[in-house]
Order: sequence, then C-alpha cells, then structure tokens
Amino acid sequence: MTNQLDSDAAIELERYELAESPAYLFEVDRREFFKLFGCGVLVGLALKRGAAQESGGGRRGGRNSMPQDISAWLHIGEDGGITVFTGKVELGQDIRTSLTQAVAEELSAPISSIKLVMGDTDLTPFDIGTFGSRTTPGMAPQLHRAAAAAREMLLDLAAAQMSLDRPQLTVTDGKIVDKSGKKSVSFGALTKGQKLVKTIPAEITVTPAREWKTAGKPVAKVNARELVTGKHRYPSDVKRPGMLYGKVLRAPAFGASLGSVDTSGAERVKGATVVRDGDFVGVAGITEQAASRGLSEIKAEWKTTPQISQSELFQHFTRKTDASGERSSRFTQGSVKDQMSSAEIKLEASYTVAYIAHAPLEPRAAVAEWASDKLTVWTGTQRPFGVRGELAQAFRIPEERVRVIVPDTGSGYGGKHTGECAIEAARLAKASGKPVRVVWTREEEFTWAYFRPAGVINVSSATQKDGRITAWEFHNFNSGGSAIRTPYDIANQIIEFHPADSPLRQGSYRGLAASANHFARESHMDEIARRAGIDPLELRLKNLKDARLRAVFEAGAQKFGWGKQKRSQGRGFGMGGGTEKGSYTATFAEVEVDRSTGSVKILRAVTAFECGAVVNPDHLKDQVEGALIMGIGGALFESIDFGGGKILNPRFSRYRVPRFSDVPVMETVLLDRKDLPSVGAGETPIVGMAPAVANALFDAAGIRVRSLPLAPNGIKDAGK
Amino acid sequence: MAAFELNVNGVTHRLDLDSSRSLLSVLRDELDLTGSKYGCGEGQCGACTVIIEGQPTRSCVTPASSAAGKKIVTIEGLEKNGRLHPLQQAFIDAEAMQCAYCTSGMIMSGVALLNRNANPDVREIVQSMEGNMCRCGTYPRIVAAVQRAAQSMKGGAR
Repeated sequence: MTNQLDSDAAIELERYELAESPAYLFEVDRREFFKLFGCGVLVGLALKRGAAQESGGGRRGGRNSMPQDISAWLHIGEDGGITVFTGKVELGQDIRTSLTQAVAEELSAPISSIKLVMGDTDLTPFDIGTFGSRTTPGMAPQLHRAAAAAREMLLDLAAAQMSLDRPQLTVTDGKIVDKSGKKSVSFGALTKGQKLVKTIPAEITVTPAREWKTAGKPVAKVNARELVTGKHRYPSDVKRPGMLYGKVLRAPAFGASLGSVDTSGAERVKGATVVRDGDFVGVAGITEQAASRGLSEIKAEWKTTPQISQSELFQHFTRKTDASGERSSRFTQGSVKDQMSSAEIKLEASYTVAYIAHAPLEPRAAVAEWASDKLTVWTGTQRPFGVRGELAQAFRIPEERVRVIVPDTGSGYGGKHTGECAIEAARLAKASGKPVRVVWTREEEFTWAYFRPAGVINVSSATQKDGRITAWEFHNFNSGGSAIRTPYDIANQIIEFHPADSPLRQGSYRGLAASANHFARESHMDEIARRAGIDPLELRLKNLKDARLRAVFEAGAQKFGWGKQKRSQGRGFGMGGGTEKGSYTATFAEVEVDRSTGSVKILRAVTAFECGAVVNPDHLKDQVEGALIMGIGGALFESIDFGGGKILNPRFSRYRVPRFSDVPVMETVLLDRKDLPSVGAGETPIVGMAPAVANALFDAAGIRVRSLPLAPNGIKDAGK
Repeated sequence: MAAFELNVNGVTHRLDLDSSRSLLSVLRDELDLTGSKYGCGEGQCGACTVIIEGQPTRSCVTPASSAAGKKIVTIEGLEKNGRLHPLQQAFIDAEAMQCAYCTSGMIMSGVALLNRNANPDVREIVQSMEGNMCRCGTYPRIVAAVQRAAQSMKGGAR
C-alpha cells in the first residue's frame, strides 16, 4: 500500500486555504520586490510552517511558539471583569459565545463577566486564521487550559490571603469561597488588576465534557443586543475623524493590463484625490459620490488577453492537467485494474461542479489610517495576521508597524482570507494623508474576490451483485482534495487529485472541495445501489465499517423514516453523507419535481450530525442548518457565469442564492459524544445536501443529474 | 446640490447634499446611522430596509431627497426608553441571527409586516420577507422570531 497523499488537509491548506500572491506591488519594480521579499512560493512555505504551529508567536521575528503565559490569553480587571485574547475572528459562527463558554467553564465565572478581544494583531497572540473548522478543536482547548491555569493561580492566591488550605476553597460565580461559606474573595480583589504572570503548566487538567456546567449548554449569543439594535460596528461601519471614501479602478476583464491612463479629468473633481501607482489607480473622495465621480472621469486603456469561457471549462480542466506546474497527488491501494476487468457491475460516470461565490452579505471592507509611520487597518478578514503580513509586504514596512483589527464581520464562509481591500484603503490613505474607507460594491465582490473551485470528477467502480464494492477509482480535476478519500471499505482504490490552471481566481469555501467530492461519491454510491437493485442505505452500510459514520446514517434514516415513506407521483427520496474535519454527517432529502413546469422543490431535509462533545447545542443546530441551507444554493441553482474574462452574473438579481421560500422542513439530530473531543461544525454539514437532493431527484423523476447546480432553470434543462 | 429635511426616528435633520444620493448613503455617512447596511445596491437583498410612512423601503435605491418630509424609521429608532421592540427581543430569544449583517433589514421588514398583519402565518411571513436575504441561512429562526413577536404583541406589549 502506498500513500502519497500526506493528508487531505495538507493538500487543501497549501493549495486553496492560503496560497496567495500579493495583490499589489507598489513603487518598486517587480524584480526588486522579489529580491527583497521573496515570491509567493516562499510565503507559502512560511505559512506551511505556520500550519503546523497554528496559533501562538508571530511567524516572523522568531516568536515561533504559542505563548504559554496565562497573561497572553487572559486578564482579570480590578472590577473582576475577565478579558480574553484570541486571534480568531467572529463572522457568524458564534465562537465569541462558545469560546466565552470555555473560559466561563474553567473559571466558574458568569458569562456576563467575560469579554473577548478577537482578531487584533496588537493585542492577541498570533493565529493562522479562522478557517478549516479549527476554532473548536484548537482554540477552545487552549482557552480551557489558560483559564484552568488562572483558576489554580487564583486558588493559590486566595489560600495565602485567607490563610486557609487549598482543599478548603472552591471557585464559584467569579469568587473564591471557603467551603464553610463564611469567607469569600472576588477575582478582582485577589489580582487587583495585575497581570497573571505564570506559565500554563503542561499537565494542567481541564474539566471533562461530562462535568461541564456552562460549556455544553445553549448559552445565548453574548452580543445579541448590539446586533438587534444596529449598534454593532461591522468593518464597513467603522468611521474615523476626517475619513475619506475610496474607489479603485478595475480592469474590464481578467488578465487585462493597464496601458495608458489619463487622470486629469478626475483630478479636477472637487474633493477627490487621485492615486496612480503601478497598475493601481484609485480615488479618495470626501464622499463616496465624489470618489465615484472621480473614478468615472479616469480614461484608461487596457490590453486584454484571450480568456477561457465557461463553455470550454471542463474540457480545459481535463485536457490541461498539471499546467499549474504542480504534480498530482495520488493514493493507490490493491489492484483496481484486475477488479474492473472482472466486475459483475461496472460503472463509470463523470460529475462536474460549477464555480460558485461565497457572496457574504457584507462585502470586503477596510478602513486604513496612518499615524506616525504606523498603519492601522480595520477590516473584515478571516486572517488578521495574514493580512498584516500582506500590508507589511505591500508597503515594505515591518509587521510591527502594522495593526490589523477585525470587528465582528458580516460573514465569510472561507471567502475572506485575503487582504486586497485593506491594501487598497491603506494605499489611498497613504496618498491622501487621511483615513480612508473602501467598501467593495456587490459587483466588485462577485468579480474580484475568489470563487469555490469548479471541477470535473471522474468515477469508476466495480461491484459484486451482492453490493460489495471491490474497486474504486476517483479522479478530481481542479476542484480540490478535501474529503477526496472514500470512507467506505473498498479493497482496491486509485484516488487522484489533478491540479489545473483555473481561469478564475479560486480559493477556500465552506468545506472546500468536500462538497464536490461528496457530491460525486455519494451520487455514485446511489448509482451503484440502483444498478445492483439494493436499497441505497443498505448498500452504504454494507460497505462501511466506520462506526461514527454508520451512526449518523442510521440516526438520520430513523428520523427520516427511510424505507417507510409513502410514494407519490413526482416525489422522491435520497441521501448523502460522509466525514470531513473530524465530524460526521448524513442528510436525507425529500424532493418534489413538477414535470410540467420543471420546478424542483426540496420539501424536507433531515440531518444527523456528530462532532464529538457538543459545546453549545442551540448554536450547533443553527450552524448545521445554516450550512444545509447554504448547500441548497450550490445544489440547485448557484453558478458563476463567465466569458471573455468577465463575470456575467455579478449581482444578486442574476446570481440566485437561497431565500425564505427555498427552505424545506428541517429536522436535525445531534449526536452528543461526551467521550470524544469537540471538533468544528461550521463546514461539514454542507456536504450531504447536494448528493441527497441529486439522489432524491433521480428517485422522483428518473433523471440522473451529474452536474452542480442540478436545476438552475428547473429540471427540463438538466438533460437525461 | 439640494437643501432638504429628513425626519429620521423623530429627529429632523437639515441637509444640503447632492440630490441623487441614496437614502442609505445619507443615513450611514452623513447621519452616522450605520445600522442600515449595504448589501447589493439594487434592492435585492433587503439589508438596507427602513420604514418610510409605514412602508418597508429599500434605502439603497431610494434617493434621499425623495424621502424629504416623510417619517423615516431605522433600526436605531425601534428601541424606546431602553426597551427593545418585541421583534428585536424575539430575535434574541429565538437566536435568529448568525453574522447578523442582515438582521437590521430583517427586523425592519418584519416590523412593517407585523404593523399591517398582527398575526401572520408562515406562508405570509415567507411571502413578505422573500426579498430579505440571509446568507448564513437563519431563515427558519427568523420565521420563528416573527411569530414569537406576534404572540408577545398580542398581549399589548406595544
């Protein structure tokens, strides 16, 4: 057995989570730039080291280890208020609440006494970024440990101060009390606002999930009131004294380079400052309208180059593999060839997925301010420290002179890893000498951000008549390696990821390629079941040893009433499930197809989900259902249309996302495994929706659709 | 440039601005009422929804000057004497938000609905809120929050 895939995660981390070349090269020429700072590859390597060391010291300046001093993570004020520092950011995953629970649990302190400082590069320890469902398995245990160490320190201090032995003391409600109940001292009175200078002991014990009192409970969103009153300031709401509004000149097509540019008209616009620096042209204005007017006065000539269009895309991927210069990653086991030639049931099918957009409701936004050579940027990003690095590179200043602050942001879904908007605001601020806010328009967000990769997945399989799958060959072109390995027990396998050069800028997405790989795999499992005449659930269980995955399929099937449904004209049932990032999911869908109008409607979706010990059951259910609803878009109708280097549907009137009426009846079963470590849950639940719907569509109408989206214009166009 | 008055949350503001400016840009950039959000600029997502003379209105496609002299309510105007509107409270109680960037617009659309229909059923809620997007997919909880608010308002909470 050979295993050339280090791990699925490694492929994804390198390829789509992080690797980004600088957005802009200012003032020095390209050659000098590379000489000074290294090219994108070097950045990739630095980040790869960072991946092993996920949180902690800066990745520059030799601070390579995670800080182990309590004070780096936690401070207790004189008033007893607890401030917690984490480089993670909040974009709707409810980690501000779940991480608060972690600290409240260990310190037995009220939720209301704890405040999190998140994603501020001057105040919080280095963190590689908020992605990959890493907060719950990585940051939460670290905060548990820091808070537990603080608790022990407080007990020591109280014992000394009260002249009592430690066993006589207990921690409750932000106080240390003696067990007789006579004496108590508050955290604030004990520490008097001083730093908690103590190393977190390596052997510190945290509270096991079975004994949790605050964690594991449905604690309400900690900042809900600011959110329902409109008081919370998102990145696009940040306002600084004297702030200007910025707009950036965009190319008419991808791959276009700036020829000549005449900014004289723009310079005559009242209240507008024009900046030209290399290929960057922007305007800062006293109002957004002044900036826009200035921009519209700029006369630019662009040189365009031929670009791949959507209609050629899938051929392009399979024809031009490895054009990106990367080698493919291949996993092999046994002998697929022998099994295929002697198979009782042999199937081959090709599946495709479209590029889709994250479309976070808050587009990219940044406010930049220079003060005595120090740059501060408020921006919505999933990688505050990464964006700090991008800014330092762009302006050729040390990272110590850049501060990035991420106010709780209007969502990301993997779409806000990069700092181009921050760089634009900072460049305009530098030129105008005033703070500048840049907020991308919806069209800019749809065009100049990045997409979930499109891809082609070719699958072939060999199966015995009794439903035992004997060989499995799976080739993913371009879409990515997340969850590419099958969880089913198949003796002979070839699994390969083929990089390709993508005509569109592509990157991370909720679940990365796991949604594409699950769509292909779970559709194919259904095709095998149909051909073998075996119930799709039975076929899966017959080929599946993984107890946790079996458990979610079984729990979901029971809740759904699989095999007990009444059949009726135009309605069908299907399932899809799998595992990724340590969690397990199975979705069962009921779909209705109206053959006269072609409309497809998901009527009911039941999901069983397991991610170890549940930290906050209510917010977990919310994340699972949110992922499923987002998954409806990718399953049924979301698709980026492009040609001639342009995005052809760059607005919500042309790019349909799920709305109220698209939501089916939803039931979610959470399997709480208190015996297992908690892992992240924001991504994986998305993977079951598309295959469950595709399989239900086949059940309802006898049409096998092997491309996502399944029915952008109803089922009539979907082919047979 | 044009001089006009905007009545927002009971306060009259005298403005002298480019008359083509959207109400959203004036609310956010001139009056610093940033609770109303930009999401699309074409009236498709509902994040900018305010209530003008009782009607839910997309402020991103409404020229500010056209709202002159009319009664405008934004998300900042719902809380009265430290007391939340029942729908704001219901959003908290039903945990009807994730990133919450859509929440202001959702609440304004929901308030407008409840003002004209004190007891909407699920179908009516879905129909009247279809123009408000929640990319996080919190729709089922938003429906639940509107129903919850309808219940609490029956008791004369407002």
